[in-house]
Amino acid sequence: MALKLPIPRRNSVPGVLASFEHIDAATDAIRTLRAKGHRDLTVYTSHPNHEVEEAVGHTNSPVRLFTLLGGLTGCTAGFAMTIWMSRDWPVLVGGKGIAAIPPYVVIAFELTILMGALLTLFSVGLLSVLKAGRRIAYDPRFSDDRIGVFVAARGSDVTVVERYLRDAGAVEVSHAS
Amino acid sequence: MTTISQPPAIPEDEQLEFAPQLRMTQTHADVTRDVVATLETPSRGYYMLLFGAVGLFLVGLGTFVILLKDGLGHAGYNPPVMWSVYITTFVFWVGIGHAGTLISAILFLFRSPWRTAVYRATEAMTVFAVMTAGLFPIIHIGRQWIFYWLLPYPNQRYLWPNFKSPLIWDVFAISTYLTVSTCFLIFGLIPDVAAVRDKARGWRKFIYGQLSLGWQGTDTQWRHYSRAYLYLAALATPLVLSVHSVVSWDFASSVVPGWHGTIFAPYFVAGAIYSGIGMVLTLLIPLRKALRIEHMITDYHFDNLSKLTLLTGTILFYAYAMEYFVAWYSGNTFEQMTFYRRAFGPMWWAGWTMIICNAFVSQLLWFRKIRTNLTALFIISIFINIGMWFERYVIIVSSLANDYVPWAWDQMNPTWADWGILAGSFGWFGMYFLLFARTFPIVAIQEIKEMIPMPRRRAGGGHH
Repeated sequence: MALKLPIPRRNSVPGVLASFEHIDAATDAIRTLRAKGHRDLTVYTSHPNHEVEEAVGHTNSPVRLFTLLGGLTGCTAGFAMTIWMSRDWPVLVGGKGIAAIPPYVVIAFELTILMGALLTLFSVGLLSVLKAGRRIAYDPRFSDDRIGVFVAARGSDVTVVERYLRDAGAVEVSHAS
Repeated sequence: MTTISQPPAIPEDEQLEFAPQLRMTQTHADVTRDVVATLETPSRGYYMLLFGAVGLFLVGLGTFVILLKDGLGHAGYNPPVMWSVYITTFVFWVGIGHAGTLISAILFLFRSPWRTAVYRATEAMTVFAVMTAGLFPIIHIGRQWIFYWLLPYPNQRYLWPNFKSPLIWDVFAISTYLTVSTCFLIFGLIPDVAAVRDKARGWRKFIYGQLSLGWQGTDTQWRHYSRAYLYLAALATPLVLSVHSVVSWDFASSVVPGWHGTIFAPYFVAGAIYSGIGMVLTLLIPLRKALRIEHMITDYHFDNLSKLTLLTGTILFYAYAMEYFVAWYSGNTFEQMTFYRRAFGPMWWAGWTMIICNAFVSQLLWFRKIRTNLTALFIISIFINIGMWFERYVIIVSSLANDYVPWAWDQMNPTWADWGILAGSFGWFGMYFLLFARTFPIVAIQEIKEMIPMPRRRAGGGHH
């Protein structure tokens, strides 16, 4: 019997997948589609591209909030741990106070960075998992030199979307159901 | 809206000027093809290097087993010198790591486009160098099986670590550095592993598919990814400066003559980057040939790396001069004696090796002819590696050997146990680096692509 993992069922999304060779053609297509009310778009690029980012109209990623949260957690944890542990078994060392702040800054600094970095990575994972329930058509050439645009569409919309994509300069268009 | 998650757009006609290394690889498909080709069956030279590295590692492992069985008595520890080759080598390897983070994180924040072709290799070097360094405090403590006593965990002895000790700061700094730089390396690899997955077949496709964590390069993925990468770079930058500062405080916060100086933190950080770039040169010059990526890592990169070496080498020159000046100007007899003995005492040969290899040899890089002559650079990089190992050896051993009470002075002579572990560390490091270069893209595919303009239908349709 096949092993069943508790992964949410990934439903394929019906729609149109277009492949572009030219960056300006792809951004034209994205702009036209958005203007015509097709907002469920997925754009594939082999590298981060700010023309695509502008055309899709993304705002700043919420990752930064997690970085801040992680940093603050690490800093608090660093001071709290060192101060509490020193007071839990008080020993005078090097003529400094039991809970001496200056040496503990080093520990708090390192933990600020550690927690900030770990929570940043965690947030990317979390934000990606939130969208993992949908399976969207993909082509291996999108990680090479093609730009992919997937538009969720069904019924009569499919032909309309296909025309927009071809008019903008898509070199290949296929249907996903 | 333009966000700062990507480097500012460089006008297309200037792009190639910024990145002359890309003249040979004109299209995005070329980049994927050439980098994926580095993962194909390697040459005989590669296997010989790997064989050598594993052999050296086994020498180190054998030495370590004897140390485990008999104790640290085999090493050259001799009162008053109770820190010697192992601590020297620890500082050496931590330092090597620093150049990788400088190139991958600090130059990323400074928007230096030349870093893209070399940063993956240097970042891998960082991770493996810190992995190597981390072994040495454990080897040095003698009873290796209780190294976890350094960590703050509830225990039956009701004791906590002494957080006022720089040695505990080190535990936190090194473990944070290893964790964060490993995360940074793996995170940067995800899109590249996905690109390899899409070119691979059979079981390789399956393995790279699992490692790419479902990466497809969608706009949403890049949106979070670019942001996160920026923040990781921003966190790694103060981290790398703090790590070697903390290592330097292992020495500077004690009252041993020759160690107790405020100059130590910047002096160690500059030295670390200097030694690290030396190691980058030692690794990349043969590697680019072995992997046939000469058209991606070119003279242009070596010229820039040499300029960084020159800068940090000159800072080091200043720091050496300043150490001698302060020793004289302080009027402190012990400090003066320590520095006199570094130049003219029984360890004069080590002292002069350090000064010649670091302060003087680096000055050759003022000449452009030398900066672009790879044979000369390779030889210089070997001098840098030797010089920087001796710098730490001189600082640690000469200061401990000649402290306040002359009747307690004694010399320290490294034994086979010291050299065995030192050789083993090079094998351990080389083994991981070679296996990495064979398994993962050693040149960052997606970042190189970012620098090549995408084809346009409309001529001259530049952005902005």
